[in-house]
Amino acid sequence: MLTPLFSSKLLIVLLFGTLFGLILGVLPGLGPTTGGALILPFTMTLDPLSAIVLLTSIYCAGTYGGAITAVLINTPGTPAAAATCLDGYPLAQKGEAGRALGMATVSSTVGGIFSVIILVFFAPLLAKLAYEFGQPEYFALAIFGLTMLSSIGEGSPIKNLIAGAFGILISTIGKDFMTSIDRFTFGINELSVGISFIPVVVGLFAISEMLTQSTLLDQVFKRVALKAVKLPTKDDYKKTWKTILRSSGIGSFIGVLPAEGGTVASLIGYSEAKRFSKNPEEFGKGSIEGIAGAEAANNAATGGAMVPTLALGIPGSATTAVILTGLIIHGVRPGPDLFREQPDFLYGIFGAMLIANVLFFIFGFFGAKVFARITLVPNKILWPMIFAVSVCGTYSLSQSIIDVWIMLFFGILGFFMRRFGFSVVPVIIGLILGELVEGTLRQSLVIFDGNWLMFLTRPIALTFFILSLIALAFPLLRSKKQKK
Amino acid sequence: MNNVRNKKRANKSLPFFFKDEFKVSFIIVFISIILLISTFSFDIVPPILNRGIQPATFPKALLILIISLTLIIYYLSIKDPWKIGKKLPKTFFLTLLSFLIFVIISKTLDFFLAISVLSFFVSYNWGERRIFYLLLVSIIFPILVFIFFETILGLRFPPGIITNLYYY
Repeated sequence: MLTPLFSSKLLIVLLFGTLFGLILGVLPGLGPTTGGALILPFTMTLDPLSAIVLLTSIYCAGTYGGAITAVLINTPGTPAAAATCLDGYPLAQKGEAGRALGMATVSSTVGGIFSVIILVFFAPLLAKLAYEFGQPEYFALAIFGLTMLSSIGEGSPIKNLIAGAFGILISTIGKDFMTSIDRFTFGINELSVGISFIPVVVGLFAISEMLTQSTLLDQVFKRVALKAVKLPTKDDYKKTWKTILRSSGIGSFIGVLPAEGGTVASLIGYSEAKRFSKNPEEFGKGSIEGIAGAEAANNAATGGAMVPTLALGIPGSATTAVILTGLIIHGVRPGPDLFREQPDFLYGIFGAMLIANVLFFIFGFFGAKVFARITLVPNKILWPMIFAVSVCGTYSLSQSIIDVWIMLFFGILGFFMRRFGFSVVPVIIGLILGELVEGTLRQSLVIFDGNWLMFLTRPIALTFFILSLIALAFPLLRSKKQKK
Repeated sequence: MNNVRNKKRANKSLPFFFKDEFKVSFIIVFISIILLISTFSFDIVPPILNRGIQPATFPKALLILIISLTLIIYYLSIKDPWKIGKKLPKTFFLTLLSFLIFVIISKTLDFFLAISVLSFFVSYNWGERRIFYLLLVSIIFPILVFIFFETILGLRFPPGIITNLYYY
């Protein structure tokens, strides 16, 4: 599994990716998704394996990095670390920041490695299953992915569905791929080739975040002092090993589902840790189990989210949507054929994720104090620099200034979407899946001679449609239960 | 406490068309209807070439879905209003203005000059007053980015009054 990584270039990429991921994770507002989007244009200069190794190592390390700021300044570096704040910061306030970060580091590493094992075993199985899929099944699967994202993801399910439909709509801009008829081009030649992923991704994640940061300038972070990260004691291990394993399982499972990966996983991991704990009253006051539950789950979601991404081409989280974009722009089409034709490529990714988990353990353990200092870089210096990199990166893709305008447009749009409670993640996933959804629907209708009811005669497609309905009904049932 | 109560009362008394929920839903529906109308001008493929459905059918279905879902969220918002963040500060509008300045300068003068001006403008308006840091974000960093993209990635930037000094 590690053989494809035995090249100095790949190891340097992996090292850089892990360090960069940690820095991104530590900085509130950035995180692996925005960071991945920022670095995406630069990956064009790399070969496909190096590019994806870079993105996956950023994903793994960035997810963990969020815990450092969660513990030390009570602000999650990434949304996935939100649950870590609940106990990490109170424990740090008691003068045990080192212990809190030690537990976060160990449980993140265990969760991450656990999920890579799940990835290695389940992704090929899922890919094998996907051989049974025809066009109707892929259509139903894509619909299932979008409905799951809407119902499990953050925010209002209906708003998420609107955002997803909008993402698919963007994918229809340009020449229709089956008939070459112009759609939504409004006479602008540049639009006839469609809208590239990168300007949309960078705009929606980086530029909209810059606008968000412009509204948060009065925010003051109080940092708790950190002497050194401490490995958990025997007592801590005794208390938490079951929680770590449980959360690793939960995180991997949530990750496999097409949803917002780590964020949802950490919340469920945390609440399950509380439910099974002998001392639930300690939660929220600095419980070591709370930290372990949240951190093992959010890092376990990384490997889990890569399962549908690689096996089916359906992203399991926002960051895997960026990774999927990376795969597509490098000409790699995820799915069962990838497993048959390029096993070395896949094992390279698996190995890279495994090593990234070990690397962030080492960096986190010895360097958390240094990384915590990164939060001292003021936004008024950081964000103009990020803007410069975003603009040049987006321009570099096809050396088109139109792409820069598109990036700015989506940045402003993304800001207002977030302000009014529309998540931007479904837009990206809709954009990525758009061609798959439309293509498979139209090809299915050709196969079915225009008879829509024929979808119901395909058992796998029917199963996905039923699951989609359940996914749509789930938020309704949940809100009814909450009202009771 | 009284302020919060007064604010809630003030929100309740607002006519429906002043409320954010209505404004956002209206904009979405309005744009969707315009796009929906535009789909009727898409070319129609002769049946012999048409595989499955017409090219306009799928976008039409999506737009109808978006309109329907928007009407649902608006209806739901009457009972359960959206939670919307505090009023946008001046720095937000200045940042938006800097984007506009960026577009104008990059289109008329120079791409890198536009990046420098935006960086300076944003950093200054976000509260940076130290000359060294202002120079760092507006001159030193853009030069480093230019060198990186130009020499390492081999990218050619659009011509402009400053970029031309380097190229010619």
